[in-house]
Amino acid sequence: MSATESVNVPVTGTARVKRGMAEMLKGGVIMDVVNAEQAKIAEDAGAVAVMALERVPADIRAQGGVSRMSDPDMIDGIINAVSIPVMAKARIGHFVEAQVLQALGVDYVDESEVLTPADYANHIDKWQFTVPFVCGATNLGEALRRITEGAAMIRSKGEAGTGDVSNATTHMRKIRGEIMKLTTLPSDELYVAAKELQAPYELVKEIAETGKLPVVLFTAGGIATPADAAMMMQLGAEGVFVGSGIFKSGNPAQRAEAIVKATTFYDDPDVLAKVSRGLGEAMVGINVDEIPQPHRLAERGW
Amino acid sequence: MRDLVVGVLALQGDVREHLAALAECDVIGRPVRRPEEIAEIDALVIPGGESTTMSKLALAFEVYEPVRRRLAEGMPAYGSCAGMIMLADEVLDGRPDQKTFGGIGMTVRRNAFGRQVDSFEAPVDIAGVEGEPVHAIFIRAPWVESVTGDVEVLGRVTAGPATGRMVAVRQGNLLATSFHPELTGDLRVHRLFVDMVRDQAS
Repeated sequence: MSATESVNVPVTGTARVKRGMAEMLKGGVIMDVVNAEQAKIAEDAGAVAVMALERVPADIRAQGGVSRMSDPDMIDGIINAVSIPVMAKARIGHFVEAQVLQALGVDYVDESEVLTPADYANHIDKWQFTVPFVCGATNLGEALRRITEGAAMIRSKGEAGTGDVSNATTHMRKIRGEIMKLTTLPSDELYVAAKELQAPYELVKEIAETGKLPVVLFTAGGIATPADAAMMMQLGAEGVFVGSGIFKSGNPAQRAEAIVKATTFYDDPDVLAKVSRGLGEAMVGINVDEIPQPHRLAERGW
Repeated sequence: MRDLVVGVLALQGDVREHLAALAECDVIGRPVRRPEEIAEIDALVIPGGESTTMSKLALAFEVYEPVRRRLAEGMPAYGSCAGMIMLADEVLDGRPDQKTFGGIGMTVRRNAFGRQVDSFEAPVDIAGVEGEPVHAIFIRAPWVESVTGDVEVLGRVTAGPATGRMVAVRQGNLLATSFHPELTGDLRVHRLFVDMVRDQAS
């Protein structure tokens, strides 16, 4: 393509269009749904997007087995049921699942540790796609490696399917702390910082200068209550993914709406108190400490 | 002259980018999300985001009526993308319970260009913006399907499958674009709006 053509012809799949999509989700809640009916409940509650998957993480955890991309029919059903963006999960490194999801017209692909990894060395080369990707991270180095591979949005991993928010807290604090540390380093120490973070120097330098990731940072993993969502926002998340926390609770519609409201008014305890009332049973949950190490999802991906 | 205060509706969306653009245009940008805050601003920006979520939260937190009232009284407002939808009198392909503030006599079609894989960048000439065309970023964007007589069409798509579609309009003190100037660092659309606010205030 000549330079003049690239100026005048509409261009899809650019970094700005991909990262910009995530900017539009900020301050919002993205909800895991397994069928069209749940997708409608999520949209009714004010979700900014839904994540289509076959089993919520709590069930993946309970049932075990290999967990894969969802059935295209099910994804189609959800796309047809709602007017908000639809995301779907591909296995880590499974670039063909991602190709299929792009062909189905999903709006964002989550290369997710919640599914069984398909490649234990490489993540997907996300620059090859028109559809944008979100990836999980437990620390800054991991986030920067995903951004280098083309991720247009990052979410803290937390420990999905537990209803235990402690790992999400750890990951948010870790990422925030490591960013703050970079901004205090003299420029001649950024080379070693890049080496230690196992991330490209240019990206590390950019973050040292701007004090923020170049893409939107959401939180995920174990969020079950309005207060959980608000705490993550106060810790610097720009929005919230809620997985099992909604549809494994006593009153999903009401809880979903309460979490949406708490995410907007995350810094107003009076509103948080009001929306936290009368929600019925939260998901029962499991303490992350009680999960044997090999069964912890956050440790997938590197 | 006293400093103008331009609120950015902070229920959901890319509020920060609009606040940054407004700060560079030498006005005070302020996030607003409560009824009493709507009373204290000279103008309002409605950011990009998810219009169905904004509609829901505007009703739930009782800013819907105060914003409508201020717009009816002539408060200037600018909406990008979802903000354009919120300023439209009619919406196609919306949710049945979706409410807009309205004010611009136009019908917009939500997600008109397609899904995210169809989102694109392209140059668009905007009447009232000097110099090079504005480099416009369209993200699951709406377009303007039709307008009433007193709406001025400021810009249209000039290439690709959506050639000719209306993507920037103005009616009186209200301005709306399908695209997101706040994502590019090009301040000309925000300056155009701030000039409208200054004209109104003087």
